[in-house]
Amino acid sequence: MMRARVAFAGAIHEATPAAGTPERLQLADGRIVAAADVVWLPPVDVGTVIALGLNYADHAKELAMKRQEEPLVFLKGPGTLLGHRGLTRRPAGVKFMHYECELAVIIGRTAKRVPRAAALEHVAGYCIANDYAIRDYLENWYRPNLRVKNRDGATVLGPWLVDAADVADPGNLGLRTFVNDQLTQAGNTRDLIFDIPYLIEYLSGFMTLSPGDVILTGTPEGVVNVMPGDVVVCEIDGLGRLFNTIAADDAFGR
Amino acid sequence: MLADAGWFSIACDVAPFRLSGTVYGALLNHRSALAALGDAASLPPYNAAPVAPVLYLKPRNTLALPDSVVRIPPGSPELEVGACLGLVIGRTACRVSAPRALEYVAGYLIVADVSIPHSSYHRPSIRFKARDGYCPLGPAVTARAAVADPDALSIRAYLDGALVHTANTADLIRPAARLLADVSEFMTLAPGDVLALGAAAPAPRVRSGQTLRIEIEGLGSLSNRFLDADA
Repeated sequence: MMRARVAFAGAIHEATPAAGTPERLQLADGRIVAAADVVWLPPVDVGTVIALGLNYADHAKELAMKRQEEPLVFLKGPGTLLGHRGLTRRPAGVKFMHYECELAVIIGRTAKRVPRAAALEHVAGYCIANDYAIRDYLENWYRPNLRVKNRDGATVLGPWLVDAADVADPGNLGLRTFVNDQLTQAGNTRDLIFDIPYLIEYLSGFMTLSPGDVILTGTPEGVVNVMPGDVVVCEIDGLGRLFNTIAADDAFGR
Repeated sequence: MLADAGWFSIACDVAPFRLSGTVYGALLNHRSALAALGDAASLPPYNAAPVAPVLYLKPRNTLALPDSVVRIPPGSPELEVGACLGLVIGRTACRVSAPRALEYVAGYLIVADVSIPHSSYHRPSIRFKARDGYCPLGPAVTARAAVADPDALSIRAYLDGALVHTANTADLIRPAARLLADVSEFMTLAPGDVLALGAAAPAPRVRSGQTLRIEIEGLGSLSNRFLDADA
């Protein structure tokens, strides 16, 4: 099952794809509405956002020679989250802002010291994430710093939460990003350096994961600079297509 | 007692009446903390002193109540505790100016930023700071109006009753209003969010069986006992 959270006619609703057409959604109360008439929100009530850096080695097998001992993990706050079809700001004057298409793992059951073999039992489902970064602000203090990775509206989640039961193998999903319909990034979750069971085992070893916590598993190579007006679509096998548009300061009253 | 995910209750008799569960903090924002790094700040891997605030996030699993027990994991003889003044945001703070920033603050509390001691500020593992219960807060939210000047508060820490640490918010590199202005330039803070202003160095070290009490002028004190994980 795939579920979205949308705002429509004054309330927040759970929505599913309407039978027969991608243009329409069915709200939990039965109403059928045009997809264009809703505001898409992140598909779950998100708790802690845990993100991985440098977690793909598909393009450079030689990296495997210097395998990391520990995942590179950073945290994000709630203000950075954005839904499907939202606008993300590119500040004037920056030189390098890029998307990152990632498989997002949504925790469904409290996980504390969970062994690898039981890890996936704690997953509610999956969605697509687009985890923007602005490289200009990178400093060597607590990398990657929040000014790079935790900006308002720069972490896009959605469109759907797809139940774990409907994802046969989260360790073998193709990911693709298109900028203005042109393929710019492609990878597969089989190339994760630290796979999902490992990440849940590792993280739950020192921090209790709760329902709604989200793990962004990292992005493969192929990130390029994006400019105001660019439409960025991140796609993952079976999870749908996550749209975002880059906007300049003026769209944000700056 | 640990505050469970999504639920956190310390006395908060000012709007927004409860904490959101989001806690950000600034590191190296006390002159003594940056000074402790000395020349290392301009050498690899840092190469230059920080330009923007050095920020971290304490996730919801770290939040803990006054008098909670902090667990010391095997292999760590002691923990380090940053004694910080925390701002509790009262109104959505986006791009606030420094002169008006404090108008967005509902009140203040004490934040104990607990870490497994680590020397690197480059890309430290979150397992040092993000462990369950590693962010006791309290003892209550003191209303902004009750604090004449957040930039002139003395901070003291007592280990088993003995004074081991003294600092003052007057020595912050970015005082409260400046930090809030700089942070809200790129990330909006919501009502109930906490922004910890940064601890002085050297931070107190605490071993199993000891109790650390942090006192901030006008805010009362926050006390936590530390025990081995298996004790």
